[in-house]
Amino acid sequence: MTVVDDTALKLDPEEARRARQERLERIGKWVLPLAIMVLAIVLWDRICVWNEIPQYILPRPGVVLQTLHNDAGLLFSSLLVTLRITFLSLLLAVIGGVGLAVLFAQSKWVEMSFFPFAIVLQVTPIVAIFPLINIYVNNQTVKLLLCAWIVAFFPILSNTTLGLNSVDRNLRDLFKLNGATRWQQLRYLRLPAAMPYFLGGLKIAGGLSLIGAVVAEFVAGAQGQSSGLASRIIEAGYRLNAPRLFAALILISLTGILIFLVLSLVSHLILRRWHESALKQEH
Amino acid sequence: MIQEKVAETPAASDEAPMLLSLRNVGKVFSNGVTALSKVDLAIREGDFLSLLGPSGCGKSTALRLIAGLSTPTSGQLDWRGSIDRSNIGFVFQEPTLLPWANVFDNVWLPLRLKGVSRAKAAPTVMEMLSRVHLTGFENAVPRELSGGMKMRVSIARAMVTKPRILLMDEPFAALDEITRFKLNNDLLELWQDERFTVVFVTHSVFESVFLSSRVVVMAARPGRVFGELAISAPYPRDEVFRTSPGYAALCRQASDVLVDAINSTAGSHHDGR
Repeated sequence: MTVVDDTALKLDPEEARRARQERLERIGKWVLPLAIMVLAIVLWDRICVWNEIPQYILPRPGVVLQTLHNDAGLLFSSLLVTLRITFLSLLLAVIGGVGLAVLFAQSKWVEMSFFPFAIVLQVTPIVAIFPLINIYVNNQTVKLLLCAWIVAFFPILSNTTLGLNSVDRNLRDLFKLNGATRWQQLRYLRLPAAMPYFLGGLKIAGGLSLIGAVVAEFVAGAQGQSSGLASRIIEAGYRLNAPRLFAALILISLTGILIFLVLSLVSHLILRRWHESALKQEH
Repeated sequence: MIQEKVAETPAASDEAPMLLSLRNVGKVFSNGVTALSKVDLAIREGDFLSLLGPSGCGKSTALRLIAGLSTPTSGQLDWRGSIDRSNIGFVFQEPTLLPWANVFDNVWLPLRLKGVSRAKAAPTVMEMLSRVHLTGFENAVPRELSGGMKMRVSIARAMVTKPRILLMDEPFAALDEITRFKLNNDLLELWQDERFTVVFVTHSVFESVFLSSRVVVMAARPGRVFGELAISAPYPRDEVFRTSPGYAALCRQASDVLVDAINSTAGSHHDGR
């Protein structure tokens, strides 16, 4: 009967409210942050105008955008330099972090013996280590890489180690029963099981490698040899070129966001079929 | 010690060749707990043997000893002929699947570990999947399957190497009753077709009587064999058997032995562990 069909489609007030709420939340998730961002930029512009703040103290957003356009050649070539250090150090952090984690996973003794070193490297502020690196290493790129690597490798190492060690006991027995070699156990069981942990570490390391690259440049920048975004910022600061400083800052910020988004996407694509973290919440 | 023999077992008569005997087997853990003490058990080719007992009676430990996942502290296990690990299939209490791998890859795993390529393994894997009624689910990942289906995958994986003995550690304990009955029936069907040997650990009297040709009752503290019942009802067993008075009588018998086994443990007024 059609009457039955009609009532089946009609939601009771509570469910209808919930559906409305969900729809609103879906839209709000995008619109709200965007609106606030636009509002903040407008406010920034108004404050500059109302208070007649000079450009070398706080430039108007439009001027920053203009600078970004005018100095594009200079800024983007600097961005490339910073990006190169960032990605190389992230790559090395992945190789070093996963490599060490696999080594640690081979034996509890190795892990117990060497993990403290990794922690020492992690907790000592990189800015404090840098003068030493500066003495021992001559090559500018190697200096920066080493610096960024030290900052970025730890989350990968500690997360991957945790992942490699948190394999289900029964699965381990299953592999043992089937006469799996150490290599097979690593390849087919422990590495895939560690994947979600590794990807979590990678997301943190991505941001850290950018921070590491910028910090390293800052510290090394005093010598004026590097030409990454950080040295552009220092240079702009010396010359009271605030618009360029802001433009460089925005570029670094956007780069960080982009790295995070890309790594989140990679993580989602790899885990979406099987891992709880990547599953849509079901009501 | 109770030895009850109801009748000759058609499934595995005394003439069937011996597959494995446990002689005076004991297991003491490093924390001083005696998990098993002086266990003698003869398993014949083609037996469907259930180990029935309360928690802490060492039935899972016995299974792990048979699987070679653990070594006995005393006594010995004698296999007839040579047996290597590929002759043993193991089904855990949980499905224990690789969550990132699809159904096909999960079932392929034991063969893959032996160096069999995907293409070479495919016919065997697909046949096993059809045997457990999972044809068409090759590409599903475990989280997309129900509890019963996951257990079917687990059984297919254990059987894919065509083991001579299948060890099952309370495999259906976590399933709902309807699913459990269905899996019981399917397991029996598979067993009758392939004629492998099963050692089935359970704490369910009903399940052990329905499935087994022999029910070995174990007691706790220390874990030991308390008694044995031969279940002579002919196979195939189905829902008719499950509701028959004969089945009920056998369950009562098994239950009586189990109660004796539980009471035989000193200070048995508290349950568990």
